[in-house]
Amino acid sequence: MGALLTRDLALAVKAGGGFGLSLAFFLIVVTLVPFGVGPETGRLAEIAPGILWVGALLACLLSLDRLFQLDWEDGSLDLLAVSPLPMEGVVATKALAHWITTGLPLTLAAPVLGLLLNLPGPGYLWLLVSLALGTPALSMIGAFGAALTVGLKRGGLLLSLLVLPLYVPTLIFGAEVVRRAIDGQAFATPLAMLAGLTLATLALLPFAAAAAIRINLR
Amino acid sequence: MRLSVHDLACRRGGLPVLAGVSFTVEAGEALVLRGPNGVGKTTLLRTLAGLQPAAAGRVEVPEDSIAYAGHADGLKAALSVRANLAFWAAAYGTRDIAPALAAFDLERLLDRPAADLSAGQKRRLGLARMTVTGRPVWIFDEPTVSLDTANTRLFAEMVARHLAGGGLALMATHIDLGIAAQVLDLTPFRDTGTGGPEAGAGDAFLDGSF
Repeated sequence: MGALLTRDLALAVKAGGGFGLSLAFFLIVVTLVPFGVGPETGRLAEIAPGILWVGALLACLLSLDRLFQLDWEDGSLDLLAVSPLPMEGVVATKALAHWITTGLPLTLAAPVLGLLLNLPGPGYLWLLVSLALGTPALSMIGAFGAALTVGLKRGGLLLSLLVLPLYVPTLIFGAEVVRRAIDGQAFATPLAMLAGLTLATLALLPFAAAAAIRINLR
Repeated sequence: MRLSVHDLACRRGGLPVLAGVSFTVEAGEALVLRGPNGVGKTTLLRTLAGLQPAAAGRVEVPEDSIAYAGHADGLKAALSVRANLAFWAAAYGTRDIAPALAAFDLERLLDRPAADLSAGQKRRLGLARMTVTGRPVWIFDEPTVSLDTANTRLFAEMVARHLAGGGLALMATHIDLGIAAQVLDLTPFRDTGTGGPEAGAGDAFLDGSF
């Protein structure tokens, strides 16, 4: 597992690996919003949590279709399936590598982009916390979608259609945490829901994704 | 160590391809599959490797004993020869890649990215990977594609060493490698979809499932 993680991280940061692509996309989406809705600071501050969360979610989606597709194309996925590594572990490891190269940078960059949207003071810490708790679920759900569409030509679009509806609960609770923190309301409930969603995702989806891959390899 | 197959039936894309295949390979033996294109050699080998379930029949082989090398070499273009081999060695829990490098004369290419290898060199790396698996049953699908005569000989030597060490090898190939091996022609096991093996008729690969 360790070797697979190191390999995937090494591949992601090498030329053509796509590391940084999601981050740049996130940056652009977030900077486009003020152009679209106008520069009034009050209005921007109000929608900032939602924009940052939607931006992170879309950026996460960007690199998902490569998750298993490249391994499928070059035959590695067959060889991984025959190897002693359990497919569930392979899926979880690849989702972890995806999170380290996508979700983690997005989480760390989000407070900086919050400045651009005039995010109110109390929001920064909880934006960081909610993204840190929520993005692992985005990677894991994405890995499940990628497992379902592996082997399909032009599966990327179908992947987005499959995955985006599944992102809705994470988005709702994630953005809600930040919104409530800004308004000074109690946010323990959405925070607990967000953490619960992530834990459930991490516990269940590796098995579903592994089953999907086994069927797609036939 | 032995691999025995009893009355195996295989499907490809939902269509029956082979039925009633039975054979036994003992330790130190090799089996070469023959048959025209589309007869189901790859399907049979993938079924044995566990990549797809058998439609009927059973395969008896000790657990976790199979290593598989298919049409694709499973190489990462951005990684060096060393990194590619080291990854598979780690995945199989063996750490020593030196025998694999020696088997196919890959030492000089050690730090070259797989993207810069020729087709034959990629194949050599893909086949050398089998050595680092440390598994007794080797399954090859058309292993000699894009290998030159000298490297085909190196491959034959690698397999012969494996067999001498008590391993088994199954392969689909049209080349005579000079290894003592049983030959199994799959043509009589073709399944026309009527439930049993029938010689000569029908071809699942023409029926539009792809």
